[in-house]
Amino acid sequence: MEGWPILSLTTFLPLVGAVFILFIRGEKQVVDRNARSVALWTSLITLALSLLIWINFTPGTAEFQFVEQHVWFPALGVSYHMGVDGISMLFVILSTLLTPVCILSAWEAVQERVREYMIAFLAMETFLVGTFCALDLVAFYIFFEGVLIPMFLIIGVWGGPRRVYSAFKFFLFTLAGSVLMLLAILTMGLTVGTTDIPTLMAYEFPPELQTWLWLAFFASFAVKVPMWPVHTWLPDAHVEAPTAGSVILAGVLLKFGGYGFLRFSLPMMPVASEFFTPLVFALSVVAVIYTSLVALAQEDMKKLIAYSSVAHMGFVTAGIFTLTVQGVEGAIIQMLSHGVVSAALFLIVGVVYDRIHSREIATYGGLVHRMPVYAAVFMLFMLASVGLPGTSGFVGEFLVLAGAFQANTWLATLMATGLVLGAAYMLWLYRRVIFGELTKKQLMNILDLSPREVAVFAPLILVVIWMGVYPSSFLDVMHASVQNLLDNYQASLASAERLAMVAE
Amino acid sequence: MFSAAIFLPFFGALIAGLGGRWLKDRGAQWVTCGFMVLAGLLSIYIFYDVAILGNERRVEIFTWIDSGALEVSWALHFDTLTAVMVFVVNVVSAVIHVYSVGYMHHDPGIPRFFTYLSMFTFAMLMLVTSDNLLQMFFGWEGVGLCSYLLIGFWYDRPSANAAAIKAFIVNRVGDFGFALGIVGVFFVFDSIVLTEIFAAAPDKAGETFEFLGMELDVLTTLCILLFIGAMGKSAQVPLHTWLPDAMEGPTPVSALIHAATMVTAGVFMVCRLSPIFEYAPVALMIVAVVGASTAFFAATVALTQNDIKRVIAYSTCSQLGYMFFAAGVSAYPAAIFHLMTHAFFKALLFLGSGSVIHAMSDEQDMRKMGGIWRKIPFTYAYMWIGSLALAGVPFFAGYYSKDIIIESAWGAHTAVGQYAFWLGVGAAFMTAFYSWRLIYMTFHGTPRASEEVMSHVHESPPVMLVPLIVLAAGAIGAGFLAQSNFVGEGLEAFWRDSLLILPVHGALEAAHHVPTWVKLLPIVLGIAGILLATVLYLWTRGIPAALAGLLPGVYRFLLNKWYFDELFDAIFVRPAHYIGRGFWKAGDGALIDGVGPDGMAAATLNLARRISRLQTGYLYHYAFAILIGVAAIVTWYLLARVG
Repeated sequence: MEGWPILSLTTFLPLVGAVFILFIRGEKQVVDRNARSVALWTSLITLALSLLIWINFTPGTAEFQFVEQHVWFPALGVSYHMGVDGISMLFVILSTLLTPVCILSAWEAVQERVREYMIAFLAMETFLVGTFCALDLVAFYIFFEGVLIPMFLIIGVWGGPRRVYSAFKFFLFTLAGSVLMLLAILTMGLTVGTTDIPTLMAYEFPPELQTWLWLAFFASFAVKVPMWPVHTWLPDAHVEAPTAGSVILAGVLLKFGGYGFLRFSLPMMPVASEFFTPLVFALSVVAVIYTSLVALAQEDMKKLIAYSSVAHMGFVTAGIFTLTVQGVEGAIIQMLSHGVVSAALFLIVGVVYDRIHSREIATYGGLVHRMPVYAAVFMLFMLASVGLPGTSGFVGEFLVLAGAFQANTWLATLMATGLVLGAAYMLWLYRRVIFGELTKKQLMNILDLSPREVAVFAPLILVVIWMGVYPSSFLDVMHASVQNLLDNYQASLASAERLAMVAE
Repeated sequence: MFSAAIFLPFFGALIAGLGGRWLKDRGAQWVTCGFMVLAGLLSIYIFYDVAILGNERRVEIFTWIDSGALEVSWALHFDTLTAVMVFVVNVVSAVIHVYSVGYMHHDPGIPRFFTYLSMFTFAMLMLVTSDNLLQMFFGWEGVGLCSYLLIGFWYDRPSANAAAIKAFIVNRVGDFGFALGIVGVFFVFDSIVLTEIFAAAPDKAGETFEFLGMELDVLTTLCILLFIGAMGKSAQVPLHTWLPDAMEGPTPVSALIHAATMVTAGVFMVCRLSPIFEYAPVALMIVAVVGASTAFFAATVALTQNDIKRVIAYSTCSQLGYMFFAAGVSAYPAAIFHLMTHAFFKALLFLGSGSVIHAMSDEQDMRKMGGIWRKIPFTYAYMWIGSLALAGVPFFAGYYSKDIIIESAWGAHTAVGQYAFWLGVGAAFMTAFYSWRLIYMTFHGTPRASEEVMSHVHESPPVMLVPLIVLAAGAIGAGFLAQSNFVGEGLEAFWRDSLLILPVHGALEAAHHVPTWVKLLPIVLGIAGILLATVLYLWTRGIPAALAGLLPGVYRFLLNKWYFDELFDAIFVRPAHYIGRGFWKAGDGALIDGVGPDGMAAATLNLARRISRLQTGYLYHYAFAILIGVAAIVTWYLLARVG
């Protein structure tokens, strides 16, 4: 294994598959069938490769591993630099896990432009994995922004009736933030003379500059998370996106924000991070309470789950900025868990949408009579979303609360109301869709999960329970990196304080 | 073997749940009941080994969460308190499993029912065997989930679904406190492992910390937070509203979950954490006051209810109140003693009433019963035994456990103790009254059911009647047999270190030396309650109705359960929906999107239109504009340079 550029392989293999699909010729049916199988196999091999990363990962160290570095633009200090640590590695796995799930879920749902659809997904996988592996700001920015293109197309081409409005809203929101981030990246590159992330992490920016850089990055990450009040693109994007688009959007794209805070804001701008912590706490609390209440009022299933995402991501931002071991590790677990659970919930909506073509909650009712397996799967993910102990959702929320209590008791108390509100809107949704008598005519002949759909859900169920019962597999990997992050953060704060003292 | 007693129900649930389709009803019943009975037998041995012989034990399974200083494992910890709970849970659960074979035999969802039942038992066992707060929380939420699933078992009924959601949410309100309490404990003690917390608790007594902007006593704050969890689970005022509604579930569920085991989890928790609560006297006072108030409040409501299961549900609420005020005056052994006897006689009453409902073709309204005691003599006898135990008639189980609680309240010699004592005595009188009101309305008098129903009235099959013998034996003998070990001379040798009572809290000790009238008062009032019920409901008719007519306000106030539901609906439920809708439409829609993206888009369009109007096509217009621009830039540059 030594010497293999395994990260580049994992990153670019999907792109190779995409190019391959591009050259498939023939009748539509043949093309569609081949495109699907090529896409599935490519994503499965990528998954296998990424698991090799996990297996060969050394947990005890905070160093970047599997590092590859090649000169790119030496004049600007830009290089092609890849590597993972305990924080980013699991997100790579999350991306490679969800892509085959998405491809499999779109097997029958997508009949138009199948080839292009598969290409878009494989290209997206490359960008997703690349974002988490990149150790150079320029490469990071390219991957980070590159994701927008396939996503924009997926919503705009295969989306619902208001897809164009949603696609533009999505694009403009995220781009507006990213432009500021680009400015920040340029400033950093010019100040330090390199865009190498590990170097920048060790560099101490002057406090005043940190504030501006922090705000610029925050603009981009806050939109991605999304934090209140820049969350309104999310429900629209989800509602109009095809199922698999929502899965990637909720599953991986939203994690860019949290990952960005951990990779850039905290290590590079520690003084500013500390200064803005109350702001982040306030926005997180508002996100949890406000969007939970909004979720309660929703009549569209996808919107409800989209709003619940905002609330759950509120736990993530709060956890990260508690700057405690529990808070940060909880935030990472919460991101992974939410990646799987919200993905599964969108797939669950997709299952009935494929059959009835409605997302209105009122269309459904009493599905348990015809779809007992579906009801059971839905129940499991609903409980994971509610944060029931024994599922992945609980571990994340609990650790975040444990961190929050140390940071600020008000924060912990207000966040904990999410436990009650979260249960309220999810149970209420479940009851209206699944329970009750089956009276609606169009539901009388609805079919339970097909074997293909069971195959889609099975790995997600496994992960949710595994992460809930034995989260050590995930936590052990990240201990060293998180500890290192916090130690460096404290050290930089201390040295900045000393400098300020000297200046006076 | 210790693990087997805990995990057998889990495997039973797993097999029946996943293999229900292939096992069919019969197979699922055999697997779950078989495993459960085996676990019940094992738990008798565990009780003997751990509680009597004193072999404490800990079985570690594997690490659960490990993050910084926070380290918890999945582990089974057995001491006397656990052994008692495991015994109660497994034995009652085994009886109810077997009973359910008969009760549910018409139901289409049998494998599902038994899966939930076994899963519930497993969660409850995880709760009581936990050696840390987090696993306790796992069991805590697990039983809540199973209770939710079982209350909503008949998912076609809107009322069942509503009750299920209500139970889960109200419990979650309690769990909000519990979860905060756990993270607070971690913050203060740097650990959530029970032995470590208990060891450090004495040093933390009297310390303060900053919580929500106030400087508060550490242990008092944490104990109150944890107690909020207990209030939710054990249906104490004002978080009791879910319990009566929970009667929508099948009757065996009411017996197992909403009478014998799950609802006692709060009492168990307070007793388990006695080494912390002991150092938080203010929190103990709150526990006692809440418990005593609930005991009294629920008894008043039970006087007027007409649904047979609701009467027993309110009675459960009331009895849990007794357990809490016992714990509140530091008489933890008495609380657990009552918990155990109550599990037997309350399960017996519920299953007996299930038998009645079964016989009456699913009728639950006592106003439509009456005159059936000759037709179902065994059920009738069981109901008598259960009621005698509940009312605390001498030498039945409840007599020993309830009296020691009331005497402890007196023995506390505090204002709170007096409050608890008098409310407890008053509730004892009402308990006896409503129990016999129930018996007379259900079994005696002229039949008020239709001819058709009456012709179908039949005694239940042996599979339902035989298991009740175990419970009846417990309701008769458990108090007498266990008295000396639980609260008598053998107390210290029996409980060892599993409960802590500081020497300054001598209520239980003093309970043995109270004046004679204190000892006699509950018995006398209990018998008076029975007699009054006999007079009002057996010998003369019409007085209750006349009373209700005389005091319509009081009657309606009690019948509507002090209007708690209406109050909560008005304060919490409706505003939440209203605010949610407001945030969505006004906040997200009008404000954020209106000013943000949509507003921007509109503004951009508007601007573009204006600009296009500016584009006149005359060269000198453009030249002029350029000139102004250059001037502006130069000015700005110079200003910036100079400044």
